[in-house]
Amino acid sequence: MKERIQIILKGIFRENPTFVLVLGMCPTLATTSSAINGLSMGLATAFVLMLSNMTISLVGQLIPDKVRIPSYVVIIAAFVTVVDLLMAGYLPDIHNTLGIFIPLIVVNCIVLARAESFAAKNGAVDSVFDGLGIGLGFTLALTFLGFVRELLGSYSVFGHKLASGDGIILFILAPGAFFVLAYLMILFNIVKKKFIKK
Amino acid sequence: MEEYVLILIAAIFVNNVVLSQFLGICPFLGVSNKVSTSLGMGGAVVFVLTLSAIVTYLIQNFILVPLKIEYMQTLTFILVIAALVQMVEIILKKVSPALYQALGIFLPLITTNCAVLGIAILSIQKTYSLAQTTVFSLASGAGFALALILFAGLREQLDLTSNVPKQMKGFPVALITAGLLAMAFMGFGGIVKL
Repeated sequence: MKERIQIILKGIFRENPTFVLVLGMCPTLATTSSAINGLSMGLATAFVLMLSNMTISLVGQLIPDKVRIPSYVVIIAAFVTVVDLLMAGYLPDIHNTLGIFIPLIVVNCIVLARAESFAAKNGAVDSVFDGLGIGLGFTLALTFLGFVRELLGSYSVFGHKLASGDGIILFILAPGAFFVLAYLMILFNIVKKKFIKK
Repeated sequence: MEEYVLILIAAIFVNNVVLSQFLGICPFLGVSNKVSTSLGMGGAVVFVLTLSAIVTYLIQNFILVPLKIEYMQTLTFILVIAALVQMVEIILKKVSPALYQALGIFLPLITTNCAVLGIAILSIQKTYSLAQTTVFSLASGAGFALALILFAGLREQLDLTSNVPKQMKGFPVALITAGLLAMAFMGFGGIVKL
C-alpha cells in the first residue's frame, strides 16, 4: 500500500505532468480561464488516464510491438469518446465550455506517454494508481492555474465574486494563460528546490 | 469570394491557432529553437493539416453521417490522420526526396499535433462546406507556421543577446515570450467580425 501511495505522490509532485514533465500544454493553457473549468478538464483527463492505463497494462502483452502506438491510440480514443458522451449527457454546460478540448484528450501527450512509459511495463493495479497520481497532478495544476487566472481576471473564486469590477481582463485572455503558467512554473521550481534541500 | 478572404484573415491573424486557440502548443514550444527547423515544421504542418481536414470532411459527410455513427468521430479521425501522415511520408520519400529531406523528420511528430485533429473537428462543428474547409485549414496551417517562425526568431534573439535570470531559463521565459507574442496578435482583433 505504501508503494502505491508513493506512486500517487510521485505523479502529483516529483513528476508533475504540467510543471515538471511539461506535457499536455494545450488543454493546460486553453481550459483554465476559471478554476472550475480547469478542475473539470483535469478530472476528465484523469478518468481517461486511469482507464487507458489499466486497459493497456492488461492487453499490452497481446499487442505486437510494431502496431503498439496505433493500438494504444485506439484504446485511448475509445475512452475519450465515453467521457465525451457522458459529459454531453450529464454536464452539458461544462461540455460546452470545454468544447473541442474533450475530444482532443486523445492527442494529449500525457496519456500516451504514461501508456508507453508506465502501463506497458507494469501491472494493472499499479497502472491505475499511476494514472490516478498523474491525473491528480494534472488536475491540481490546472485548478491552481485556473484559480489564479480567475482571481486576477474577474476577482472571483470558483465563480463567487470577491470584489466588484471587471478584473484584469488580460488574465482571462490568451496572453494571461502564458504569463500565469510561466510564473507558476518558476514558483514550483523554487518550492521544489527548497523542499529538496531540507 | 469575400467570405473566403474573411475566413483566411480570421484564421491566420485574429483567431490564430496557437496564440488564441491554444492548439498545437507542444510543437510550438518544442520545435522553436531555430528558425530553420521551424520553417520545416511549419511547412509540414500546413501540408498535413490541409490534407487531413479535407479527408476527414469527406469521411464525416460520406461515411459517418450516412451510417449514423457520428460518435465514432474522434476514433476515426485520429486513425485517419495517423494513416495519412504515414502515407504522406512514404509518397514523399519516393516522389520528392529533396522535400522529404526537409520535412521528413517532422512528419511523425505531426500525428500528435492537436492542431491537426482540432482543426478537422472544428471545420465539422462550424458546418463548413468543402471549399470553406479547405480555405480554413490552409489558413490555420499558415497561421501556425507564422506564429512558429516568429516565435523561433524571438527565441534565437533571446538566446544570443539577453541575460535571462537563472530561475526563468528554459520554459518560463519561452512562455513569457509566447505571451507577449499573443498580446501582439490580440492587436488584430476587430479586423474581422465573426
